Amino acid sequence: MRSDSLLNEAVRGPSGPRKHRMLPSWVATTALLLPTYAWLTLAVLLPLLTMLVFSFMSATPMGKAPITFTLKHYRAFIDQPYLLNIGWTSLVIGFWTTLLCAIFGFLAAVALARATVGRMRETLLILILLPFWTNGLVRVFSWTMVLRENGFLDNVLHMFFADAGSISFLYSRYAIVLGLVHGYLPYMILTCYIALVTIDDAIIEAAASLGARWWTILFRILIPMATPGLISGAVLTFVPVIGSFMEPRILGGKVGVTMGTVIEDQFTQAFNWPLGAALSFTLLAVVLAIFATFSGVLRRGAAA
Amino acid sequence: MNNITRRNTLQLISAGLIASASYSILPRKAAAAGTITVLNWQGYGTDEAWSIKAFQEATGIEVVHDYYSSEAEMLTKLRTNPGAYDLVVLNAARCAQAMAEDLIAPIDYSKVPNISSVAENLRANVNFNKDGKGYAVPWVWGLTALAMREGLPKADSYAVLGDPTYKGRVALQDDAVGVIAAAALLTGQDMNNPKDLDLVKETLKGFKQNVKLLWSTEDQWNKSFAAKEFDVAMYWSGGSVRSKRVSKLPVDFVVPKEGGIGWVDGLGIPASAPNMEGAHAFANWMIDPKFYVEWATKVGAPASSNVAAMEALPADDLSRQIHKPEYIATMSIMSALPDDRREAFNNLWQEVKAYYAE
Repeated sequence: MRSDSLLNEAVRGPSGPRKHRMLPSWVATTALLLPTYAWLTLAVLLPLLTMLVFSFMSATPMGKAPITFTLKHYRAFIDQPYLLNIGWTSLVIGFWTTLLCAIFGFLAAVALARATVGRMRETLLILILLPFWTNGLVRVFSWTMVLRENGFLDNVLHMFFADAGSISFLYSRYAIVLGLVHGYLPYMILTCYIALVTIDDAIIEAAASLGARWWTILFRILIPMATPGLISGAVLTFVPVIGSFMEPRILGGKVGVTMGTVIEDQFTQAFNWPLGAALSFTLLAVVLAIFATFSGVLRRGAAA
Repeated sequence: MNNITRRNTLQLISAGLIASASYSILPRKAAAAGTITVLNWQGYGTDEAWSIKAFQEATGIEVVHDYYSSEAEMLTKLRTNPGAYDLVVLNAARCAQAMAEDLIAPIDYSKVPNISSVAENLRANVNFNKDGKGYAVPWVWGLTALAMREGLPKADSYAVLGDPTYKGRVALQDDAVGVIAAAALLTGQDMNNPKDLDLVKETLKGFKQNVKLLWSTEDQWNKSFAAKEFDVAMYWSGGSVRSKRVSKLPVDFVVPKEGGIGWVDGLGIPASAPNMEGAHAFANWMIDPKFYVEWATKVGAPASSNVAAMEALPADDLSRQIHKPEYIATMSIMSALPDDRREAFNNLWQEVKAYYAE
């Protein structure tokens, strides 16, 4: 007995008794992570799982219609081939929105990070965040007033060129992309800004002192070093944009038909939740497939 | 000592919790006896402030509202919020659906005295009745047809929607049933069960060059019409009266030779309604000539199902002029669609919309 405890003490050292009373480390880790995972399960996994179950049902499980298991909703893209065109449109809109967000967002972030200091920078950052504080619907509806025929844009044009025609482009793809770029630009600016402020000024000064022009600095230093920010901004923009339905519906008029509006129609107008759920999961699979295809680029970029 | 104090404190806290809990429950119950919740389109008769005020003065019942922006949404709300609504405005077509799902309860006509002068063919409508019982008080009827900018030659057929004269000047309703009905009537088919859906699809696709906008709310229609975004549109007769009278828009309501797409809205009482008594009283109020004349002349309304109420309108009333009696003879009335046909309609319209967007 005695030799045993002596041995224990020898192995554990002076801190032995204190450790003895402590719980194993995995218990503490689990206890700390539990609230997070419980919340994720409740708020994300369970609803997703419910939708996944819905997508295999023959009818919406409310009312009295008998429910059977079916895979037919996942055949929607084969049975209704026009959905392929709609899906392609959504991807194209997502691509252009992300590209424009990346160009304007990156330039704005460069301006913020390199050309401003102190109070000025804080004010500009708040001005960029300001649109987030207003309802997205209000912002989209105000675009309709700007873009419609005889709207704000036309009025400004006619102030300078009285007999110019209308340059209204409401109810077009351009209007949809404009509304989406406006809505998602702050994400890109913020992610790029965070990546850019971490770049040491000394690196740029060194490059300049060795004779690098601004475009060399931009393409050889700033863009490669800000790639992680650009990539996370692009993911944050692309994923919600291809599922968006508000902007296409309000700014797109008759051309505003995207996967987002089709899915929304299934949930609200057609009351076909299973089809809406199946389309959502198909869209999710496509997004994951796109990310998987570019995973090499993404990983390299994120590591840079 | 210390222990007792702690226990006392706990007792006090729990007593306080119980008291505050019962306090928050009791007034809600008391208020429910004098409140009814109506589920309706926004700005559609039941929520006129002057009428709600007069009704509360007459009966002591307070009327509150919840709104839907599509009929499918109304059914979704009825299905997912049992006990939340006392009275619901439902179209005849959707009434049959709600009736089949037991979402609404039979009407006790003895509590709705004004029913005696309601047009018999509306009250006996197959969509409002099941097993000899009436499930809705017919409230108003009207029709969907064409609305044109004043001064344009009045169209005599739905074919005007595809007329090259109006390239890019047409607005359709973003509603599968409505647009398919127009195309079915144009091609001489039964709008409730068109035999040749491919012909309907091709007809709708033929409107592509003309279609500028797909509208979904009356407000959107008015704003876009005022902004001169279109000249010809599918539109509601009651909406035309409101656009002319309230928004002063130059609208001509035109019923083509194929006939209007008729509808009847009824007042139904959800099977789970907490205040059926109050709901019956408000339904009776809604078809009362006194309320109807004020509603129709002050605001503009669809035609009342109550014959006595229509006769009480002045002869030069816009609503009376637009809802001409002869339209009832030519119009087809929308009825309930079986699920597979509804799905086929929705898929067809989705495909046509995708084609418009190309």
